Amino acid sequence: MIMILNAILVLVILINLFALGTSRMKALIHAAALQGVLLGLLPPLVVKDVGTLPLLMAAVTIVLKGILIPNMLLKALRDAQVKREVEPLIGFMPSILLGAAATAMALALAGQLAPAHSPLGLLVIPTSISMLFTGFLLLTTRVKAVTQVIGFLLLENGIFVFGLLLLSAIPYLVELGVLLDLFVGIFVISIIIHHINRAFASQDTRRLSSLKG
Amino acid sequence: MDVLALILVCPIAAVLAAMIPSNRWRPWILPAAAVVHLSLVALILLGGGGPAKATAGQATRNGIAATTAAAPPIAGAQTVNKVALPDAGGIVISDWLGIDPPGRVVLLLASMLFVACSFYTVGYLRDHMDQLNRVFCVCFLAFLGAMTLVICTNNLGLMWVAMEATTLSSAPLIYFKHTRNSIEATWKYLLLCSVGIALALLGSFFVAYAAIVHGLTPSLRIADLLRQAPAMDKRWLEAGFVLLLVGYGTKMGLAPMHSWLPDAHGESPSPVSAMFSGALISTAFLMVVRSQHILHVAGDGAYASRLLILLGLLSMAFAAIFMVGQKDLKRMLAYSSVEHMGILALGLGIGGMALLGAMLHVLTNGFTKGALFLSVGNIDRAYGSKTIPEVRGAVRRLPLSGMVFLLGFLAITGSPPFGPFISELIILYGTFMAGHFLIAAAFLGLLLIIFIGMGRTVLAATQGSVPVAGRRSHFRDGLLSGLPVLACFLIVLLLGLYIPVPLWGLLHHAANYLEVKP
Repeated sequence: MIMILNAILVLVILINLFALGTSRMKALIHAAALQGVLLGLLPPLVVKDVGTLPLLMAAVTIVLKGILIPNMLLKALRDAQVKREVEPLIGFMPSILLGAAATAMALALAGQLAPAHSPLGLLVIPTSISMLFTGFLLLTTRVKAVTQVIGFLLLENGIFVFGLLLLSAIPYLVELGVLLDLFVGIFVISIIIHHINRAFASQDTRRLSSLKG
Repeated sequence: MDVLALILVCPIAAVLAAMIPSNRWRPWILPAAAVVHLSLVALILLGGGGPAKATAGQATRNGIAATTAAAPPIAGAQTVNKVALPDAGGIVISDWLGIDPPGRVVLLLASMLFVACSFYTVGYLRDHMDQLNRVFCVCFLAFLGAMTLVICTNNLGLMWVAMEATTLSSAPLIYFKHTRNSIEATWKYLLLCSVGIALALLGSFFVAYAAIVHGLTPSLRIADLLRQAPAMDKRWLEAGFVLLLVGYGTKMGLAPMHSWLPDAHGESPSPVSAMFSGALISTAFLMVVRSQHILHVAGDGAYASRLLILLGLLSMAFAAIFMVGQKDLKRMLAYSSVEHMGILALGLGIGGMALLGAMLHVLTNGFTKGALFLSVGNIDRAYGSKTIPEVRGAVRRLPLSGMVFLLGFLAITGSPPFGPFISELIILYGTFMAGHFLIAAAFLGLLLIIFIGMGRTVLAATQGSVPVAGRRSHFRDGLLSGLPVLACFLIVLLLGLYIPVPLWGLLHHAANYLEVKP
């Protein structure tokens, strides 16, 4: 089990790096969707006895993060007719290098962060940190609204991965609530993006700067 | 049962609001729900009040008995209603509900303020009959419902879910006017608060993980966390607290995470601004209070205090800078909210007497902000503007709203005989008592700067002669627009002159609960 888990986590990290390096927004959304599906596979691998509830949670995660949310974002993209992220504050290549450096650092520190009696934490904690970092980088250095939302999505994914360590402590009601909040959140955000498009004829969030002082 | 009913009031009312077809009569569901909400709150606060009574209730609990071993002070706080209600998913509802003493203070504020805002909203929406108000009514009710859930649950995870729900349900409220500026404000609010709150979720997980590191059973229930806190890993606990503080601090509007707040408060309809600045950010403060409580019980209170005092003073300084020369009345009030959240953080950080003052300040600040935002709303409607070259002579144009705005300014800057004077005095006294003379001096200095900066704008808006544009509109203070303003103002005045004994009991109970280690 732990082998499969580690393999998936490595894939998840690779997707992070891809997300940092691509300028094509469609590919970015597909990457986020793939990451969502991979994350959905994780909870049943971690729990000791796989009952119906963990499987149900996995299904809900895959449907929301892998299908519904990416579809909403793709629709927002079609409405706006944008294809590429332009002029990021930090270029694509430097972004990858930063992401890789952060991941390497998190992995190097893993031994100190995770306690000895929890072998799970050894790869889970650094993966989570790497995802949080990727999310923040996308949120702060990209200017298109949809890209920033994907940054937020990756950030939430990072928290989801950390949550794997606490599966016994987090009641299903809370997990379901978190997923529902995320879903409704992206839904509301994509409506607002639609209105931004109509009012400003652009998805460039740098234009949203008339309120000051 | 009461707590469950309280939580269900808003969703039920929201569904009803969605079903009512008449745009004219739909808004009346808001005051109806508000009155029911407040009656239930009164029932809960008066009924399950004293700690002794609640502890007695603990013994008769007939549900799952796994978590009843908590120490009496916590148990008394957590127990409001312990009738087990198993439902389909095997979730015992009463395991999730319970209002801690500081939560009671915020609950009282949120409920009373919503009553005032709901009547005001009916009048406000009547002026905007051309716009469909279904989404607005449903979201406003959902917003109150989510806030109620944050206050009334005892699970750190569910609190987070409800807190994020307040963000999502209130975003459409900011966007009600459908202008470019309101889109911008909504976008910033949604993104900043969602990201901020996401960090708070990570912080909650860190706190729970701090138990695993030392081989304890992890849990997100506040009672379990408080019981285990002394044995938890300090590093993870501190990291968790920082994330919780940054996360809920964003929602609370603490500098430097406050940048969404002036935009959202400035652009949303005034009753929404009043709820934001009176109730919502106080609810976020409640979450910071709860986070600090865990750290305090873990014996690491000094670490939390340093951070809180730092952020508190920083917020006051930011507010002072931006309030000087502020032309927009609502943005000025928004920065005043940043300032007062700073004062609350400061009071919490210093503790002791100052903590009692902070608890009182939650109420006094909340009601004063209600009076101020609602009166500015009337000024905005009369002049068609909320910036000062256009707004002049408000006292003459709107005798009631203009006067309340002027007196509300005196109240919020800490002048006697109003409520905030008393609470700020207690916080200041507590600061001196704790020996933090430099902090007290900085506190006083910043209050003075804010008084001068705010005073210039407010006097320019209220004094002088009414410009021609302002005279032309038909708006006058009416029953629905004037009475809520007056009610909030009278409460502020009352709190300054005489604080009822049961209210003192509530505040003392809250402060003691947070200070005493179980």
